[in-house]
Amino acid sequence: MSEPESDRMIESEPDRKLRDRSGQGTDNSPAEAIVAIPLRHPWRIVIAVVLLLGLAVFVLDAAQRPDYGWPDVGKYIFDRRISQAAWVTLWLTIYSMIGAIVIGLLLAIMRLSPNPVLKSVAWLYIWIFRGTPVYVQLVFWGIVALIYPVFTLGIPFTTPWVTVPNEIFTNLFITAVIGLALNEAAYMSEIVRAGLLSVDEGQAEASTALAMSWGQTMRYVVVPQAMKIIIPPTGNEVISMLKTTSLVAAIPLSIDLYGVSRGISAVTFTPVPLLIVASLWYLLFTSVLMVGQHFIEKRFSRGTGRAKTDKAPIAPEPAPTAGPGAPGTPLGTDFGGKG
Amino acid sequence: MTGVPMVLAEKVSKNFGSNRVLRGISLEVDPGEVLCIVGPSGSGKSTFLRCINHLEVVDGGRLSVDGQLVGYRQKGEKLYELKLKEAAFQRQEIGMVFQRFNLFPHLTAVENIILAPMRVKKISKAAATARAMELLERVGLGDKGDAYPAHLSGGQQQRVAIARALAMDPKLMLFDEPTSALDPELVGEVLDVMKGLAKSGMTMIVVTHEMGFAREVADTLVFMDDGVVVEAGAPRQILNDPQHDRTKAFLSKVL
Repeated sequence: MSEPESDRMIESEPDRKLRDRSGQGTDNSPAEAIVAIPLRHPWRIVIAVVLLLGLAVFVLDAAQRPDYGWPDVGKYIFDRRISQAAWVTLWLTIYSMIGAIVIGLLLAIMRLSPNPVLKSVAWLYIWIFRGTPVYVQLVFWGIVALIYPVFTLGIPFTTPWVTVPNEIFTNLFITAVIGLALNEAAYMSEIVRAGLLSVDEGQAEASTALAMSWGQTMRYVVVPQAMKIIIPPTGNEVISMLKTTSLVAAIPLSIDLYGVSRGISAVTFTPVPLLIVASLWYLLFTSVLMVGQHFIEKRFSRGTGRAKTDKAPIAPEPAPTAGPGAPGTPLGTDFGGKG
Repeated sequence: MTGVPMVLAEKVSKNFGSNRVLRGISLEVDPGEVLCIVGPSGSGKSTFLRCINHLEVVDGGRLSVDGQLVGYRQKGEKLYELKLKEAAFQRQEIGMVFQRFNLFPHLTAVENIILAPMRVKKISKAAATARAMELLERVGLGDKGDAYPAHLSGGQQQRVAIARALAMDPKLMLFDEPTSALDPELVGEVLDVMKGLAKSGMTMIVVTHEMGFAREVADTLVFMDDGVVVEAGAPRQILNDPQHDRTKAFLSKVL
């Protein structure tokens, strides 16, 4: 045990005590606890104070500015039309994500399948839906009923056997769900694929050696283990989707939170308070989703790893930092941000 | 059905691109026989084992298990590749144990064991569980049924993996360096289970570096190098009096 004689050492009472002890050679009495003055971080406090002052100035100023229309915010925040629209936004998100997860899972499995036809189809789908802006896609789905007024079944370029009017795309809510789900599926498939690829090859091999089919191997062995990798970025996608639903105005569907807020402000000529109202509702939903995501991640990290033996919580998979439109990528696969 | 070898390999070859991993392997394993394969790494031992289970496709020669061609069906002069389902059906009779155990980490020991019997053989959960407990007892882990793999030592995991393979009632067991990933003090418990299995009359092919095990348990020892069988015979004879220079060189390093 050598006492470093570095000049960086600051002589202090505890230091001297430590040295005195070490001079006594080996003895079995328990080592004295280190009593040291902790490292100070004065600049952190200074910066925090400056930021808090800045925030206070902004809040006080905003509270007085008439453009914010705080009385109107209070008036509309629990307006029935707004809460109903918030409900629509929530269901748009839920339906779209369910569709996106199902299609995304299919696409991911297709891309990883040994069948070159399935592989190519999935690749083409992702190329198109990830390569064009979701806003443009929504505009397209909005006018698709004009391009294809009827569905027909028969031999091409002859008189069709069956003709069905295109009624799906005349329902704007369903159109919105289809448009959002088809776009999101391209992103979900990449997340699912990354998850499936993260499972050790030996797992599929062991399963195959046990005479399980490819489908059984996927279902009982690979997918359950991939969930741990898939869940965190999927939570991120749900939050992203909640906000992307505001783009359904492109269809145009105007019964969602953003659409109704704009509708009301077009009549009352008070755009700012209604944007604040809409933002507060979006924030409420995303906050709830963040809490939910936390618990789901915790649940899916059990069984494997050390989470079960140790009492201390272990940091889950590299948690995606919630940036708008930037899906978390624990595996470094390149997912583009969404326009 | 006497006279039909459990495994019959005739000039089996396998290439990975331009890399010729197996260059004409011919050997025979009779029912109830224990065959140990030794050799330097990269000699094709594991690849040969994986070919027997059709995890790798054989490029040349003939390989059959219990009289049935592996991975192909012969009709007249022509060979037809088996459907995935048919290949899976062949695998039911072949158990395999891996170097890295490859237990399913999201399932408990019992769940690991009952998965394939339930899903492939459609055995009821109760029956499969009873059998799983029996097998765990047999490998000395009767009290570990509810443990997840992460909470078992390497030796215990490998014993569960052996029980998992046995649950499909195979007539042939393949071991791919089953003790190579284990801490030295855990090797013995796995070898003991394998010895018991050999005694019970199971046909086994074991790729191993455990010369002691090979000497004690194997009926036949095969020394492989560079994709060919260099020398094969009774383990005592090969270990004590190797004929070939390559065998001598290898054994002088590992014994």
